[in-house]
Amino acid sequence: MPKSLISISDFTKEEMLHILDVAGEFEKNKSQNFLHDKVIACLFFEPSTRTRLSFETASNRLGARVIGFSDVANTSVSKGETLKDTIKMVSNYVDLIVMRHPLEGAARYASEVASVPVINAGDGANQHPTQTMLDMYTIKQTQGHLENMNINMVGDLKYGRTVHSLIQAMSYFSPSFVFTAPPELKMPQEYKDFLTSKKIPFTETEDLMEHINDTDILYMTRVQQERFTDPMEYEKVKNCFRLTASMLGGCKKNMKILHPLPRVGEITQDVDDTPFAYYFRQAGNGMFVRMAIIAYLLGAR
Amino acid sequence: MGTVKKITEKTLQVNAIENGTVLDHIPADQLFKVIQILGLDKECKNQITFGTNLESKKLGRKAIIKIADRVFKPKEINKIALVAPDAKINIIKDFKVIEKKVISIPKEIVGIAKCMNPACITNHQPVPTRFTTSYENKHLKLLCHYCEKTTDGENLQL
Repeated sequence: MPKSLISISDFTKEEMLHILDVAGEFEKNKSQNFLHDKVIACLFFEPSTRTRLSFETASNRLGARVIGFSDVANTSVSKGETLKDTIKMVSNYVDLIVMRHPLEGAARYASEVASVPVINAGDGANQHPTQTMLDMYTIKQTQGHLENMNINMVGDLKYGRTVHSLIQAMSYFSPSFVFTAPPELKMPQEYKDFLTSKKIPFTETEDLMEHINDTDILYMTRVQQERFTDPMEYEKVKNCFRLTASMLGGCKKNMKILHPLPRVGEITQDVDDTPFAYYFRQAGNGMFVRMAIIAYLLGAR
Repeated sequence: MGTVKKITEKTLQVNAIENGTVLDHIPADQLFKVIQILGLDKECKNQITFGTNLESKKLGRKAIIKIADRVFKPKEINKIALVAPDAKINIIKDFKVIEKKVISIPKEIVGIAKCMNPACITNHQPVPTRFTTSYENKHLKLLCHYCEKTTDGENLQL
């Protein structure tokens, strides 16, 4: 079975650092043409604009050609073809498969039936490892290194897959965490147990202002109304987790605000013009990191 | 099967077998799941006798299964740990117990249990389930190899 990237735990610390180095190299020089004889499939069984365009651009910048689909309406999937058959068939044509699928575990299963490497571009609420790699790249880019970061995660810490994977990935670099969330959306116990087992310190709060001045990385996430059983509860908490420019007066100079995007109001627009805002650059980093991951899995870097 | 008359110590509620395997101390409500896991409901030509809701000091009510002329491999028999972790296995020869075995919970369970995550690929496509097991404080947990979610022993479906 060729090496695939399905969960962030599929990569060792050394592999992660290698990917970040290669991504840095590609950021300096975007035109890398060394995969000009390769074909990459981007199979999006569920619509996604940002991730799909980022992967397709990454493939193109490496010189590879891209085939695939961006929704299943006009494919044999709508005729009832199984995932296994689709993957087996596409495996015959291409050198690597990038896939997003609404069902959890779909990418792991695909990697077991495919004869080429598979990159998971999101499987339902489960994993999205290239997002985690681009978050790490951004942390390193803004702070110069990954060690001893104080990371403050804000918003939906219960369902947000990006925060869970980032905890796992950053656990190699002796971080400390602050979890800022309403009671309904607190960090699940299993992740707190994981941190305890690794002797990584964390504190929990419901007040965004409490630790904001000690934070190196403020990782904001979307608080979605659908997550609340009681709409009144949502109304009560939504403003507590809304970041405005006026809250940033006492922040550390190196502090940067990250967000996996799209945002829906948890960062007000006046923050965009502060030196702390970094979420748009962060999204742009996705391409370099995805280039590096494709190159690595194809054995070219 | 079970006799109607008052049971004395010398009377067996489930007839003895000459050669084969006896599975004892199965929780009464798990009998049919054990039969299902071992595939005794399909393609099995051996003589099988079983009883359930028998009195047990340890379990309250227990079930017992006797399969003539068959000895299970550990890999086969360990699968029943999912529903009957305290079951006892006796290998019978000439009406005598020649070997006693206990169940050990296998590290990996393939194709028996159902993942309780409705969004898991295994509940939508013909994918055999795969779990790694953990057993702490008498609680069985199954970690899905695909969706990475945990199914508790109490929510187990086959």
